[in-house]
Amino acid sequence: MNTVISSSGKDTNSSFDLRFGRAAWFCLFNEDTRETTFFENEYVNAQGGAGTKTAEKMVELGVQKVISGDFGPKAKEMLEKFNIQMVIIQDESNTVQDIINRINS
Amino acid sequence: MRIFSLSLCENLFMPRRRRLRKVVAPPSFKGYKPFGCEKEQKGPVELLYEEYEAIKLADYDLMNHQEASKLMGISRATFARIYESARRKIAQAFVETKEIKTVYGNAVLDGIWFLCNHCHARFTIPSTVKESNCPMCKSDDIEPIK
Repeated sequence: MNTVISSSGKDTNSSFDLRFGRAAWFCLFNEDTRETTFFENEYVNAQGGAGTKTAEKMVELGVQKVISGDFGPKAKEMLEKFNIQMVIIQDESNTVQDIINRINS
Repeated sequence: MRIFSLSLCENLFMPRRRRLRKVVAPPSFKGYKPFGCEKEQKGPVELLYEEYEAIKLADYDLMNHQEASKLMGISRATFARIYESARRKIAQAFVETKEIKTVYGNAVLDGIWFLCNHCHARFTIPSTVKESNCPMCKSDDIEPIK
């Protein structure tokens, strides 16, 4: 099962990003193999529709769960349509590693 | 006086706000098609989510209109109207051999978001997810957010 966590940097020590469409990086975490892959958000500076495009990207990647601070209305609609589970955590002090530990514990 | 004139204006020019009807679960089909019919079909009948929900509550879950209306967050009279319209649409589809297509309508899907009382994460549970616990801490202590 693949999970995406919005991140502000490219390793697990970076802090968790509360934005979804405009997060700088994403951490793709495989819950079975516990592998993490980081990829940059190409829509971080997009004029508009960053949420939708990012949501589309999640669909392409075949993600089942997305963890972020909030989702815009369009991203929500999109993720809902493709049965991707959304998780909202509004605590900035977390690092990506903290979130991963929380899923695994 | 001011309030009076305002409400008067509203009555004269504006229809009343349509309350959103709560739907517990959307229909798990997009529509129904008649088969073995001789005549060619003439367009679909559009069944709204709330109409599907009304039929389900009244005729499948066998609730009375009072209970069902409460569940959907509307008055009994409104429920009766939606239910009637749903029955008529289905009857029309049968008699005129039309397809039934489900459309969103004025529904709000109830209980989409959940709150975990243990770790305070908020989350959705898509229909493809089998377990209904918190995706972060696996706690069962969750509640739907209204």
